Amino acid sequence: MKKNEKVLLRGSEAIGEAALRAGCRCYFGYPITPQNELPEYMARRMAELPGTVFLQSESELAGINMVYGASATGTRVMTSSSSPGVSLMQEGISYLAACEFPSVIVNIVRGGPGLGNIAPAQSDYFQATRGGGHGDYRCIVLAPAYLQEAVDLTYRAFDLADEYRIPVILIGDGMMGQMMEPVVLPEFRKDLPAKEWAITGAGKGPSRFVRSLLLDVHVEEAHNWKLYRKYQRIERREPQSESYATEDADMVVVAYGTAARIAKGAVRRLRDKGMKVGLFRPITLWPFPSKAVARLAESVGKFLVFEMSMGQMVEDVKLALNGKAEVELYGRPGGVVVTPVELSRILSRRYNAMQHEA
Amino acid sequence: MIHKAIIAGFGGQGILMMGVTLANAAMREDKQVTYLPTYGAEVRGGTANCTVSVGDEEIASPIASNPDYLVVMNAPSLHKFQSILRKGGHCLVNTSLVHEKSIRQDVKVYEIAASEMAEELGDLRAANMIVLGSFLKISSMVKPETVLEIVDETFRRKSPEVMERNKEALWAGYRFFE
Repeated sequence: MKKNEKVLLRGSEAIGEAALRAGCRCYFGYPITPQNELPEYMARRMAELPGTVFLQSESELAGINMVYGASATGTRVMTSSSSPGVSLMQEGISYLAACEFPSVIVNIVRGGPGLGNIAPAQSDYFQATRGGGHGDYRCIVLAPAYLQEAVDLTYRAFDLADEYRIPVILIGDGMMGQMMEPVVLPEFRKDLPAKEWAITGAGKGPSRFVRSLLLDVHVEEAHNWKLYRKYQRIERREPQSESYATEDADMVVVAYGTAARIAKGAVRRLRDKGMKVGLFRPITLWPFPSKAVARLAESVGKFLVFEMSMGQMVEDVKLALNGKAEVELYGRPGGVVVTPVELSRILSRRYNAMQHEA
Repeated sequence: MIHKAIIAGFGGQGILMMGVTLANAAMREDKQVTYLPTYGAEVRGGTANCTVSVGDEEIASPIASNPDYLVVMNAPSLHKFQSILRKGGHCLVNTSLVHEKSIRQDVKVYEIAASEMAEELGDLRAANMIVLGSFLKISSMVKPETVLEIVDETFRRKSPEVMERNKEALWAGYRFFE
């Protein structure tokens, strides 16, 4: 592969290759559809790359605890799974958050609850953005919509994880994992800085402690305050979003990931018919780009949240807007992927109803 | 301008291979492109289809609501997709396996007995390449020369013989509609 050359990659391959180029040295995970192409790719590629470890764990629980172990040594590490598997990992993710162990967790979301199905869905929004496991914590949640963005965000996820010492969740679905688009891959990261907190077994210098059991309430409180301040810092610095055709819009659709691509197709169709509809796409789900969406409410009266779940992200939109504009939900759960034409019909009905009321 | 094509048939007919080849050629020509295969519990002999979108502007959705082109390699695919083909769209049919006509009067239908032609060429498995050749002629989505380059790169390592047979099949399908 030449430098800056475009390559046609499947989503799962794009994420895997970007992770390796970001300096990911360990992958642990347990198979589950629709994300098996990712561990398959990692197994093949890591066999070629010296100094890397690929291990298919005996369960998701084992996998996430292997992530915990590798991260403790300062190694860049990732795991991937799909909804039911990520549920099994929640205890481990809580421990990662408590110990501030940098880690990257890919969730290729499928229809649920329960075993559900293997079709594209977005119903793990709450689980990803609200911590997911027990205790008072957050994970950074990145939601790419394009494969180039999946490459760039995967690459960035490892830096964010290290910078803030936090688990980072990259969220996608089976459609994104399976589809192919041309991407330009970044360079392999070399010479990553040493982590002064990591437990390396060097046997020199003062002992280092990392643990999540803090029995003294004051020590635990201080730790929670420290985490809280870190989360505030992330909320200030890291929100990312894309606004499309929002300048003169009367109605804005809010959607992320796969849903945002469908919505963009629908918005284009409506624009061709002269309807002033725009799209707001959160790229980071946590921190949610609240300020950017609130800014839009200065000129936009109506927001329609389109998500492939029944009312999860809509809560963040409502919190961000705090009553400044009307918020409506159009959810399609269960793994159904609507076409841009179907969505454009829904949007145009709501747009026309709004114009009628006005 | 963005053009979308749905290619559909049996699993094992090389449907996804056609789509990936087309997508690779479009990328080689510096066009915007997305390739989306069906995703399900697919098995050999089951249905397989993919959507390829090619254009000179950003492709918002990789899904085709009303494709411009439909390539059907077997009868169930005709039943499944003919209704969503856009008005004035193009429908390319492998008549070796599809013995009925499209119910659509407002689309242009192209018929080719690709499986028979492939057998005459000495390899039934090359039927997909014949149809891909025809598709290139009908759609002008990408240049046949670019597709030949991709076929060359894909099969050269496998076997020069298979590569030549695929190229031959591609041209045969292309010339059929000249």
